[in-house]
Amino acid sequence: MTDDPPGATPDIPPAATHDIGGLPRFRCTPVEPDDEAPPDDFGKRVDALRQLLAQRGLMTVDELRRGVEAIPEAEYHAIGYYERWLRSITGLMAEKGVVLPEELRP
Amino acid sequence: MAHAASPDSIALLERFTAALAARGIVTEDQIAAQIARTDRADPRIGAAMVARAWTDPDYLALMRRDGSAAAEAMGVSMAGAPPLGVLEDRPGLHHLVVCTLCSCYPRAVLGYPPHWYKSAAYRARAVRDPRGVLAEWGTTLPEATQIRVVDSTADYRWMVLPERPAGTEGWDADRLASLVTRDALVGTRLPRP
Amino acid sequence: MTEPRFEPGARIRVKADFPETRGPCHIRTPHYLRGREGAVERPLGAFPNPEDLAFARPAARIPLYHVRFDQPSLWNEGQAGDTVLVELYEHWLEPAA
Repeated sequence: MTDDPPGATPDIPPAATHDIGGLPRFRCTPVEPDDEAPPDDFGKRVDALRQLLAQRGLMTVDELRRGVEAIPEAEYHAIGYYERWLRSITGLMAEKGVVLPEELRP
Repeated sequence: MAHAASPDSIALLERFTAALAARGIVTEDQIAAQIARTDRADPRIGAAMVARAWTDPDYLALMRRDGSAAAEAMGVSMAGAPPLGVLEDRPGLHHLVVCTLCSCYPRAVLGYPPHWYKSAAYRARAVRDPRGVLAEWGTTLPEATQIRVVDSTADYRWMVLPERPAGTEGWDADRLASLVTRDALVGTRLPRP
Repeated sequence: MTEPRFEPGARIRVKADFPETRGPCHIRTPHYLRGREGAVERPLGAFPNPEDLAFARPAARIPLYHVRFDQPSLWNEGQAGDTVLVELYEHWLEPAA
């Protein structure tokens, strides 16, 4: 681009949804240090399933992350942390044929 | 605030656990036992490690060399857990741990990560504006102290070994451990007598 | 090949690569470090490549390093002397010119 101002950085593709280190859009979002609550029953159950399925050799933490990272951006930021995990884990187990997709549908 | 799961998510979890149970892959009893095991990990373990390192030079040397072995020496089973790394603060250097990509956390010695550690705000801001983030805890460091933000991106899990605060001379390890909060082990607060 | 190629203190550049533009992938090298220069703090051992583990493919062990970056120069803001320390796999690193 010949009309770039001097010193402009070359085009850099945007970061993936989960890859948010330094992202300006969160610059003014407070961190809420007092938000101490442990996971609720839902979170603890999803967390336990993640560990049990890994112990059985059915998934790795890297596969969990890959599934979380595939969640579309609007949903990623709209749903809870353990909901992202559940989305990833159920998707992986259906992908691997451990469960059937129709068993997961309402 | 921590986000309550939607009714759809709760129903999905029920269908999923039912499908796993029907195949004998994961039973309700196994889920309950796993939750009980996970609940036993607690920041008091990390605090006890720090207090022992402050009072026992041999243990400090072990902690510097091999965090996982130092956790094992406190009775924590590290089998299957990611290796534990220890970030030792010293005069003029303060560590702050974040995972910008997800929420890697030394769960074996700190338990579940708090909600803020998993939040987009903490993950996005800690690497860019660490002093602004620390200010939200009311933590200010001397101007001359350098901050080293540790982005936990891969196979290790990291805990901070803070400096022993002044005014604790003669304290035993139990009393010292009471100063070491979960936040001090992540680096957002300093231990204070 | 799991012997580390870089020694403590070595100046490196993180590859300015953006695999996320080429399709499904899983990478542990944060976007904010791509193309940036840093210094190897120390090797951390060798670990199976997460980019393969994430897709349940056979994963070669790759040397992992703690790499230190000057924090203000990453963002053009911040306090001089502050640093960022990040675990990075060897295949993302090249010697800094």
